Order: sequence, then C-alpha cells, then structure tokens
Amino acid sequence: MSIFIDSETTLLVQGITGRDGSFHAKQMLEYGTRVVAGVTPGKGGQRFESSVPIFDTVADAVDKTGANTSVIYVPPPFAADAMMEAAAAGIRLVVCITEGVPVLDMTRVYMYVKEKGARLIGPNCPGLITPGESKVGIIPGRICTPGPVGVVSRSGTLTYEIVYQLTRAGLGQSTCVGIGGDPINGTNFIDCLDAFEKDPKTKVVCMMGEIGGSDEQDAADFVRDHMTKPVVGFIAGQTAPPGRRMGHAGAIISGSAGTAAEKIQAFKDAGMGVAQRPIDFTALVKERM
Amino acid sequence: MLRNLAVGRLPPPASASLSSLNNGAFVNTHEYQAKEIFRKAGIPIPPGEVASTPEEAERIARRFGGTVVIKAQVHAGGRGKAGGVKLAKTPDEAREFASTILGMRIKDLPVLKVLVTPAADIATEAYAGIIVDRASKRAVFMVSPAGGIDIEDVAASTPDKIMKLPVDPRYGVQPFEAMRMGFFLYKDAKQARAAAKILMQLYQAFQSSGASLAEINPLVTTPAGEVVALDAKMVVDDNELVRRTEIEELRDESAEAPSEVDARKANLTFIKLDGNVGCIVNGAGLAMATMDLVKYYGGEPANFLDIGGSSNPEKVVSALRIITADPNVKAILFNIFGGITRTDDVANGIVTATRQNPLRVPIVIRLTGTNEEIAVKILEENGFTAMTDMDEAVQKAVQLATGGKAA
Repeated sequence: MSIFIDSETTLLVQGITGRDGSFHAKQMLEYGTRVVAGVTPGKGGQRFESSVPIFDTVADAVDKTGANTSVIYVPPPFAADAMMEAAAAGIRLVVCITEGVPVLDMTRVYMYVKEKGARLIGPNCPGLITPGESKVGIIPGRICTPGPVGVVSRSGTLTYEIVYQLTRAGLGQSTCVGIGGDPINGTNFIDCLDAFEKDPKTKVVCMMGEIGGSDEQDAADFVRDHMTKPVVGFIAGQTAPPGRRMGHAGAIISGSAGTAAEKIQAFKDAGMGVAQRPIDFTALVKERM
Repeated sequence: MLRNLAVGRLPPPASASLSSLNNGAFVNTHEYQAKEIFRKAGIPIPPGEVASTPEEAERIARRFGGTVVIKAQVHAGGRGKAGGVKLAKTPDEAREFASTILGMRIKDLPVLKVLVTPAADIATEAYAGIIVDRASKRAVFMVSPAGGIDIEDVAASTPDKIMKLPVDPRYGVQPFEAMRMGFFLYKDAKQARAAAKILMQLYQAFQSSGASLAEINPLVTTPAGEVVALDAKMVVDDNELVRRTEIEELRDESAEAPSEVDARKANLTFIKLDGNVGCIVNGAGLAMATMDLVKYYGGEPANFLDIGGSSNPEKVVSALRIITADPNVKAILFNIFGGITRTDDVANGIVTATRQNPLRVPIVIRLTGTNEEIAVKILEENGFTAMTDMDEAVQKAVQLATGGKAA
C-alpha cells in the first residue's frame, strides 16, 4: 500500500514533447511508471519514444487510454489552463511540476479542481513517488527504496536530502510527496498526513516544513487530534532574517507569523519528534518504529 | 498571520506586516507608481508630481501653490517616523525639505525621488486593502475605519474595527459586497457609496496588475465630504511579469541592494546577511536548512543563495562572483543535491569561475546526486576536494571561516 499513487496508476504527461517534459517522461518510464499517454496540442497521432501515444487534448487522451493521473510540465503562462483541462477530463490526480504559476491564476484553479472532485498536488513541486511502484514528477528514483516511512515536504532538494539519508540508514519509504512551496497549492500537509494515517503500510511519517504561513501549525494540531502514527518534523529557515523572502514562495518570515520557533513549538506541543538537523531524522524514525 | 481565514470567522493578522505576508518574489511599486495605476482605474487621487532634485520640488510646489507635502519614495514602511514626509508652506521650504529627504536613507535604502502633492484637509482616515491569502486561497479585502496607522496595530488593539471579505474568484467582488464594506467604513450613505465605488475600482486595479497586495492607507474624507485615496501601495507577483511587461518597467533597481539586483539578472535568488560563511545551494528548502546547520555548528551564514533547479555553469560563475564580492565571507560552502541539477555542471562552473578569479578564501564543496562521479573527477583534476556528506561539509566550512574557534 501507499498513498495517492501505486502500480495501478496510469499516467499521462502534459507537455511530453517539451524539454523538461520529455526528459522526465523518459525517467518515469525507466522507473517503471505506467506512462500511457502524452498531450501536446498539434502533435496528436505521434508517439513518444516510439511507444507512448501523443494526443492533442487531455479529453482525447483520457478517452482513448483511461489515464487516471496527469503530470504537468507546461510553461507557467499555460499551467493554470493545463490543470483545469486535466480536472475537466476526469483525471483524479493532477500533479503540477511547473514553477512560476501566477498566484491569482491559482485562486481560480484551486476552486475549479475542487469542484471537479480531483486532487491537485503542486504547483511548483517535485511530485511524488511510491518506491518500487510508480514515480510521478521529478524525485530521483535511485535515492528511494520501498519501506514503511511516509514523507511529506514543502521543498524539493531538502526532501531528496532526507530521503537519501533514510535510504542509507535502511529506512525505506511508503510514499514521498512534495507538496510545493507556493502560497496556494492543491494539497497540504494535513491531506497527506490523513492519507498516511489511513495507509496500512506507513508506520512513521517524516514531515519537512518551512518558515512562513501556518500550515505546519495546523498540521501539528491534526497530528495531536487525529493521528495514532508517530510523526517527526523539521523546519527549515531557523536562521532566516525577519521580513525577507527566501526564494520559495512560502518561505517568508515576519514578526511571530510563521517563525521557525513558533512551528517547532507547535510540533513539540503535538507530541511530535523534532529533528534539529536533517541528519537527526534517521535516529528519531528508528526510535519510533 | 491570516490563520484559519474563512468567511464570518476572520481573525486579524497578529503582528505580521500585511505587505510582507505576501509570499514569493515580487515587484514593489513606489507610491507615485501605484497612484498612477489606481488613478487609471478611476480612483480619486489628489494631484502630485515626482521630483528627483530639490529645484524640481520647488518648481512643482510653486505650480501647485499653497502648502505641499514632500514624501520620500522608497520601499520601506514608516517613512513618516523616519522623517521622510514633510509639510512645506512655501516653495523655498519645499526645496529645503526635498534636499534633506533626497539625501536620506530609510531602512538602509537611499531616497532618490520625492512625491510633491498639495496638502489636503483631512476629516477622517480609513484603511482599504486587498491581499492574496494563502489560508482561504483567495483574494481578501480588509477595510477599517481606523486608518492612517499600521493596519497590524489596528488588528492587535481593536480587531473589531477590521472587516474582511474573501472574494470568490469566479465572480469577483460584487456591488453589494462593496456596499457592505462602504457602510462599515462610513455612516453617511453618500460616502459609503463613494467608498464602495473605490473598492470595486481597487479590485479591478489589483486584478489587472496581477497584484498580490493593493493598499490605500489612508483613505480619507475631506471636510467637504469627498472620499479620496491619499496614499497607495501595490506589490506585484513576479510570476505575472511575463504577461505584464508594463509592471516590470516599474521596478526601481536603484531602490534595491545592488548584489540582489545582480543576482536576479543571473536568475539566482540571493539575500545578503551578516555572517561569514558564503552559501551556494540548489533549492530554497535545502538552502535554508544549510544556513540553519551553519548556525548550529557555531557559524553565521553570509547569505541565502539558491541557484535553482536546472543550473548551468554560468549560473555558478555568477553565484561565486556575487559571494566573493562580500568582504565578510571567510569561507565558501557549496551544498548541491543533484536531481534536475547536474552536479557536473556545478563542478564545471566552479572550475571556470575560479580560473577567471582565483579564490582568496577556502572553499568546501559537497555534492551528491546526478552525475556525481563525473563531477568529482572534474573537481579532483582541478585540485579541489569533493565531499558527499552535508553535515561534515558544513562543519568543515564553519571551522575554516572561524579559524577553528567555533565548536
């Protein structure tokens, strides 16, 4: 078991002929993901890597292949439309990798996707991976290994760092999800924690947050009130100066709003393990197995 | 902190600055620029002109006649408190005050322009703003009859004086919603109507500019009963600039730190700090975690620098140029986890950059991931050592920067 994706996932790639789309579609195929279709308007009828059929529209692709999940690599000005197109075509899980989607676009996309009953992960995220079964997005497959640890994170490379350390310590993962750092994203920590709580394979959850906003505090409340499984948390940005943004859209700190100290305290109050350094995760997870 | 934001149950922001709650990279507009955008949307704005010399300010004041206000145009709050806003009764005074203000630095930013505007008689001061709120995932109006002061202070002391209204992105703000806010601001029906109209126009300006914040503080009434926007502020999401080149043109680079402008041009995210360990990392989360670890081991990061995802050698060259320009930097730390980023690209960048400009300070390179073997070979052939463990690399960099004094 796992969350959101598994060996049954049938994936279509929006923007499969683009630079990033084609590179990662190939990586996903190599990993063993069932990539059943690609979409690039105007290139319908062609094939990707002489095997995956390409369609002009998502509706066509879903109609012909029955894809249930979509991953988006289209440029920022078209990403909002791509997310809505996927949800409208009946895709259940929409994963948007694209970075730089205007936030006002996301206010519309968020409502639209919800109304269609689809789940959106991202935008501006590395996607997700269920080791040994399916990879949707850009998380490097070779740093992961199957196992009982659920991983959810707001950042990309920091997630890789911690997954890599878990794998080296012999701690495999059920599913790793990067939810992205934008102000408005489709799936939050709580959605993932809830799914991990219900997933029989997951025994411990690792959660990597950042300064800014209050998602981590809300997640801590959820852990305290609704979770039986142990959760270990980490907050990046303890040394960030007040009032400055740190690249990630989510990473901003100002006064007491969303400081690292505030978030770490919320973790402690919820009975979570707190990793001071990335390297601390492995020991904390082992203690809780 | 706009936490748990939902209709009918809207706690005010605690101590966060409303403008800094906006997330993401952005373009800050000056007051005079925001006023121009608001004016085009139909919002009543008093006349005003921009001067960059005392003489210009004097000429503008003479043309307006009577008392004028000289206002520093700078991306910092608290201009008034810092002495950046002055009332000038005569054109001579206007020149004199403009001369003082134009030489000032407010929150370390140089004042290069002043706005000269006729002094207005004020009966009441209110606040009106729109912000993108991450909790409710919508644009949210905030209005308050207590204006002219920081809205954060109002939120802290008298939260019942703030009304918040999330806007449904499918329909935009509706006239009845604007009227509700108008009547929250003013008892007088005529003024409430005028305010409602301004709020609709503000929403239009907000949407058409791709803003993440649009603010009028204060929104004033004159003794004659007119409702007028006396100050204006707008912040635009960087992600909008591809399709809104007119906003990109508003960016005032002279109002930003030169190293940060340099970094933006090289497509790097850079923030200068006061420490001595220069950090070059891929990914914002890992970059922050690296800085935290530097601090954990007793060092101080000199900067935040994210070289981003698909980095090429030129980016690394720019990053090293920016970092080494800081005389405080005593050691340089690379922390690269190659996913999309190819570590051999980074290695090539390091070799190229150090050939052009030999380093004066020690460098610690940690890289792992995509094409790691090639990267290590490139580095070793050029006399560098590569490390694979983040924790060890950070400890070593701190040790080098502090001369072994830190733990």
